[in-house]
Amino acid sequence: MKLRTMNRHMREGFKNIFRNGWMTVASIGAVTTTLILVAAFLALVLNLNQIAVNVEEDVQISTLIDATLGEEEITALGEEIEQLGGVESVVFSSRDEQLNQLVQSMGEEGQAWQLFEQDNPLTHAYIVTAAEPDQTAGLASQIAELQGVQQVNYGQQVVEQLFQFNQYARIIGLALIIGLVFTAIFLISNTIKITIMARSREIGIMKLVGATNGFIRWPFFVEGLLLGVLGSIIPIAALLTGYYYLDTAVSEQISYTFIELLPFSPFAWLLSLLILAIGAFIGVWGSVMSVRKFLKV
Amino acid sequence: MIFMKDIYKTYANGVTALNGIDADIKQGEFVYIVGPSGAGKSTFIKLIYREVKPTKGTIVINDMNLEKLKERNIPMLRRNIGVVYQDFKLLPKLSVYENIAFALEVIEESPKNIRKRVMEVLDLVGLKNKARFIPDELSGGEQQRVSIARAIVNHPKIVIADEPTGNLDPDTSWEIMKTFEEVNASGTTIIMATHSKEIVNTIKKRVIAIEGGLIIRDEHRGDYGYEA
Ligand SMILES: Nc1ncnc2c1ncn2[C@@H]1O[C@H](COP(=O)(O)OP(=O)(O)O)[C@@H](O)[C@H]1O
Ligand SMILES: [Mg+2]
Repeated sequence: MKLRTMNRHMREGFKNIFRNGWMTVASIGAVTTTLILVAAFLALVLNLNQIAVNVEEDVQISTLIDATLGEEEITALGEEIEQLGGVESVVFSSRDEQLNQLVQSMGEEGQAWQLFEQDNPLTHAYIVTAAEPDQTAGLASQIAELQGVQQVNYGQQVVEQLFQFNQYARIIGLALIIGLVFTAIFLISNTIKITIMARSREIGIMKLVGATNGFIRWPFFVEGLLLGVLGSIIPIAALLTGYYYLDTAVSEQISYTFIELLPFSPFAWLLSLLILAIGAFIGVWGSVMSVRKFLKV
Repeated sequence: MIFMKDIYKTYANGVTALNGIDADIKQGEFVYIVGPSGAGKSTFIKLIYREVKPTKGTIVINDMNLEKLKERNIPMLRRNIGVVYQDFKLLPKLSVYENIAFALEVIEESPKNIRKRVMEVLDLVGLKNKARFIPDELSGGEQQRVSIARAIVNHPKIVIADEPTGNLDPDTSWEIMKTFEEVNASGTTIIMATHSKEIVNTIKKRVIAIEGGLIIRDEHRGDYGYEA
């Protein structure tokens, strides 16, 4: 195809956007709605996935020590833990340090906890680090059996349920995304089809004048691409602002080290690109599908 | 050149429109196709640019054997044949200029040549001052002249017309015929189905009469032969 013919197809595609008025608005609306949902799902699923990965690599076990234990017994417990297999390090953390961390991690709400400074309800703890991530759970249960251990907390346990949820979220999210994309393609190809019904006579005339199928199809390709790109503007804007605020809000509250959103840059940018690509795909496919039937003249 | 041998056409609904047609039309000829309604005139004409495919028989157009013509090469055939319809078949949203230019855009002609050539044919059909109008803003005769301009703009060897004056008043019809004669004078083959006794009997050309799907008469400088 010659460059000037490509230019002509571009021009025609652009013109069709305006010629079709409300149908264009309807098609863009279909893409926009779909992409907002797709963006939200992708952001959620990918982040849950990331959290799951973080948790799987989390090796810290916080071992709360029975408040009745004396100083010597605490030291003995620490030595006992060190004797266990697969321990990388054991660090003592006093109840005051614990409270301090808690207050800091809670941000503004943490102010309330400062009231406890006189009467700290927390206990001393050992922060145990496992040598290998997959040993964390086993090591934790061994520690829990030791005399003088009140409780053990570790990431995998805390988010086990979250992780379970994540498995389902991944499958459901994916199914929903695929469903949404096809619904949008269907909607677009239908809205375009309505405009084409009126244009089927024109397509017939074009063929009688000697236009090839490709020649007729190209402007529709361009039109679909434009619909897709225009339809992804609002979703991308919503994604970028929404994710920016979410990211800022979450990073101010570091309750657990492993709950960390994927960083705004590059994640939000890459996701925006993906949304743009999905939008273009939906638009082009919907448009080209709808013209297919009328080319068999 | 148009050559047909033993052509039969039965439509999907079982109607047989052509029942064994032989025809041989040389380059530069002007041929009227006459006959009563439903005789098969339009079917005969549609065979030439492959809007209709024969059930049986051989057609050769400009050395192209249509039996062997592949689907994707149909546009190539149509680019060498200008077609004029009774209902004009203009693209309603495009201007007169754009309608004519479209036939050149599909063959990827350069914008410069398109401009030059479109203005030439607009001049020929006397519509230079209406280039920016859309079809709805023109009279029937003017619309038909636009469709003739579109049919001839890429110098086709053959122009075929199916009752081109069928929707026009007599005065306008004569103007349209003058345009066809001019096109024919430049060496283009013209095949025209018509119901107009006056035209056929006044502008004398070869006449092929079809009845019941058969050619019943084929005369040079013939008469219409029916009481209109
Ligand atoms: N697309 C079609 N499908 C079925 N029958 C058709 C079709 N086109 C024409 N016919 C039939 O074929 C016969 C010849 O039609 P046509 O070639 O249009 O005749 P004419 O142009 O001489 O009036 C008629 O009986 C008509 O009803
Ligand atoms: Mg007819």
